[in-house]
Amino acid sequence: MTPVVSLTNVNKIFSGGGRPQTVALKDINLCVEPREFISLIGPSGCGKSTLLRVIGDLVTVSSGEVLVNGKSAHEARIKREYGMVFQSPVLFEWRTVLHNVELPLEIMGVPKAERTRRAREMLKLVELHGFERHYPWQLSGGMQQRVAIARALAFSPKLLLMDEPFGALDELTRERMNAELLRIWQETQTTVIFVTHSIPEAVFLSTRVVVMSARPGRITEIVPIDLPYPRNVETRESPRFFELVTHVREALRRGEEMGA
Amino acid sequence: MTTQARVARLGPPLVIFLLVVVLWEVLIRALNVPRFILPAPTAIGSAFVNTYGAVLDSATYTLRNALLGFALGCGAGILVAIATSRWTTVREGLLPIAIAVNSIPIIAFAPLTNNWFGSNNPLSKVAIVVLITFFPTMINTVRGLTLVEPAKLELMRSYAVSEFTVLAKVRIPNALPYTFNAFKVCSSLSLIGAIVAEYFGGPRKSLGVYILQEAQLFRFDNAWAAIVIASLLGIAFYLVVITIERRVIPWHASIES
Repeated sequence: MTPVVSLTNVNKIFSGGGRPQTVALKDINLCVEPREFISLIGPSGCGKSTLLRVIGDLVTVSSGEVLVNGKSAHEARIKREYGMVFQSPVLFEWRTVLHNVELPLEIMGVPKAERTRRAREMLKLVELHGFERHYPWQLSGGMQQRVAIARALAFSPKLLLMDEPFGALDELTRERMNAELLRIWQETQTTVIFVTHSIPEAVFLSTRVVVMSARPGRITEIVPIDLPYPRNVETRESPRFFELVTHVREALRRGEEMGA
Repeated sequence: MTTQARVARLGPPLVIFLLVVVLWEVLIRALNVPRFILPAPTAIGSAFVNTYGAVLDSATYTLRNALLGFALGCGAGILVAIATSRWTTVREGLLPIAIAVNSIPIIAFAPLTNNWFGSNNPLSKVAIVVLITFFPTMINTVRGLTLVEPAKLELMRSYAVSEFTVLAKVRIPNALPYTFNAFKVCSSLSLIGAIVAEYFGGPRKSLGVYILQEAQLFRFDNAWAAIVIASLLGIAFYLVVITIERRVIPWHASIES
């Protein structure tokens, strides 16, 4: 099986503008298999968001190879093989909830009836049916982020890239959204790459947690998460959950000491 | 909105307006204010009844110039804004100049446009209105086209779409509230431009010339009647603009609140 994402010796150096060069990513090697849920975690400035954008071909690498579904990241973007969710919902104020979810389908030329059907289905998946005609500002932050997830999934991409999507939500809403995201991930059989700086969130969601450290941004450890499914509130209170959270925390601390 | 809510919102300003008019009438009579300073509302009212034919003819001429100038000036402003939104260098060269020109009192050019086109030619007034409305519309529209949340552009990039699609689906809808703000400002600017330009010379049947003439002939009641009509035109124009705005951008939060 071809990996969904394969990164080989990826380096990214930001330079120019009179500022000193920054090594945002150094010697990144990572292989993501289909149906995995990968979290990228690390202190701010460790390049986790840059790494996500490298996979999405929103940032070009300085050297190294980036393959998405066996194609170059650029080709994969042109063929629209991934959906993206940002830290803010990035909804279009002038579109209703339904039309926001329809946006990617509209761009891909899907006929009107089909895209409405598909968008309604996605809204049901994120439990927002009944809100089709609302405008984004009439929704709470958590609901807006669910619309963004529905939009990213509307065209059934095999890969979902998420950049701290729940960072702006309060703790309880965030935990509820985590549970919901796990359910959606299982129902849709997509591969997810998820940027976060919450350790419990990363452990709860992932099949593997990729720990990164800053200056230069690099992967210091990859922690497999063997928590059983279905994961729920009890999972968060199990001893194994705490062990893994502690493990990731220590890995983060070791990374910081290496950098210092 | 319910009828009750409408009454609650329109009631207070209406009552205050009527009180001011009554107070005005009473003070003029009690203090014996001479007519050339300020006529009483009833005097203005009866002047309108006696002269409405001439006033309305003049108002029609002036309104037509204002509307034509508004349409051309705002239209050109939007087109130039869209055309330059793609070329950052052109836009960044043009914008400071536009902002500078926008702060010039354009009405000062009225004697010149009178020379260019002839003071009886409506174009001399339309040209002033075009100049007055072009810059605010262009500047605001450029802002709306360019001040787009960066993540929206990144999202569109993830969809691998053309610049044209970004313009149609992101930039133009994003610019609409900015452009409508310009329209609101320009609705009153266009009438000011048309009337003041007529003060520098124009056909007999135009609001500016009519007001000037009646004032010079000491028929102050008539001049005031024409000024009231000009004010009503300005208010009506503004209301038309915000009614259209409500239809076009019902999603804009400022409209709901």
